[in-house]
Amino acid sequence: MKYIDEFQDPDLARRLLDDIHATVTRPWALMEVCGGQTHTIIRHGIDQLLPEQVELIHGPGCPVCVTPLEVIDKALEIASRPGVIFCSFGDMLRVPGTGRDLFQVRSEGGDVRVVYSPLDALKVAQQNPGREVVFFGIGFETTAPPNAMTVYQAKKLGIPNFSLLVSHVRVPPAIEAIMGSPGCRVQGFLAAGHVCSVMGMGEYPELAARHRVPIVVTGFEPLDILEGVRRAVHQLERGEHTVDNAYARAVRPEGNPAALAMLEDVFEVTDRAWRGIGIIPGSGWRLSERYRDFDAEHRFSVTGITTLEPAECRSGEVLQGLIKPNACEAFGTTCTPRNPLGATMVSSEGACAAYYLYRRLELTPARTAAPLETSPVA
Amino acid sequence: MCLAVPGRVLDIEEKDGTRMATVDFGGVVKEVCLEYLPDLQVGEYAIVHVGFALQRLDEESAKQTLELFAQLGMLQEEFGDPWEQAAQAGGSPWPFEGDPFEGDQAESDAVEEARK
Repeated sequence: MKYIDEFQDPDLARRLLDDIHATVTRPWALMEVCGGQTHTIIRHGIDQLLPEQVELIHGPGCPVCVTPLEVIDKALEIASRPGVIFCSFGDMLRVPGTGRDLFQVRSEGGDVRVVYSPLDALKVAQQNPGREVVFFGIGFETTAPPNAMTVYQAKKLGIPNFSLLVSHVRVPPAIEAIMGSPGCRVQGFLAAGHVCSVMGMGEYPELAARHRVPIVVTGFEPLDILEGVRRAVHQLERGEHTVDNAYARAVRPEGNPAALAMLEDVFEVTDRAWRGIGIIPGSGWRLSERYRDFDAEHRFSVTGITTLEPAECRSGEVLQGLIKPNACEAFGTTCTPRNPLGATMVSSEGACAAYYLYRRLELTPARTAAPLETSPVA
Repeated sequence: MCLAVPGRVLDIEEKDGTRMATVDFGGVVKEVCLEYLPDLQVGEYAIVHVGFALQRLDEESAKQTLELFAQLGMLQEEFGDPWEQAAQAGGSPWPFEGDPFEGDQAESDAVEEARK
């Protein structure tokens, strides 16, 4: 346990770990859904501190990673047009589309700007009435309400030169897809805490009961992860499969009602493609009919762009928990954070980048193992 | 972008019919929308994601999280210069030669400063 002293409260970490070690009698596979959780797990070596029987499988919860290649290509196309100011969060700058990224578009003279909040993009639109301002609206249920509010404001304030390129995704349909995939080994979930801060926990009991998996709502700090694992392991050992909230300081069962109402008004549920995985039914949002005028895909006529993903990138299998990053032949060789093949390597919250950054290069025994059977979920 | 950071409300005012606050994240001050937590008061803490307060947090938990984030360099990741970070990650030159937008961040910081 060489890393335990690095925990914020090493004594509490030790007690949680001791409890997990004392409880486990059989092998269990848990999936952490949130990319922030994956980052914490690898950064603190939590997977190595846990008993051998407890395996953590990294889930698809990095919004940057799962944004489909063709949406990136649409963003690049729009950002390259004269007269357009393209606004994005900073972590989309290096995500590779076909052949280039937003960073390169700016070096070629495109007006790409990074904003802290989508409301900042709306301000840019107000300050530049003669230009078209587009905001790149990606993210899970935590990011969708801020983007929804921004479109609502654009309509309310009558800002006609603002639009949103939407690629929002939802967690529960992804859990459904993972549980339905033939290669699935997941026996319990650590649900993404901040997604539940917004959405509440209402969507989970049915999923937990139908698939007979415990779902523990978990934060993303090191001690949160240990507590989430501890509760999931207790349930599994007792043969239970309920929804449990291990992140009560930030998650109320009902979520955030004001944010939910805004989502309901501005967005409607749609099928969405996930990078590396394919289309998951009902797994995303698009602008509802009332706000369709603010849809950048239609405004810039890029709905026709379709892109095939590179065959050598196995990020889809990584995102579904079917392989660990270092089982990919390209990992650390032809695919590195400087030259990423896929988005799981380019985003620091992606499982591949987390493995690369935190000393997991040397741990590559899986590379020699036979590849697992792949199982596209849709 | 996944990150949501606890912050303390310094002051609150209405702008364009929207409830906005200045929020302190362990020394970095940003403008934050309170429409999703309309009853949040000055002095209280909330979890803030991309400029929106999403859920109340008690003071002790908030301070612990902020301390941890500062130790791990995560506040720098969240609030530092994203172009510089992207350039570093990709090994590309930054700033671009003759970049017409160089200083965007400095400008917006100056605007924030002037507003205070």
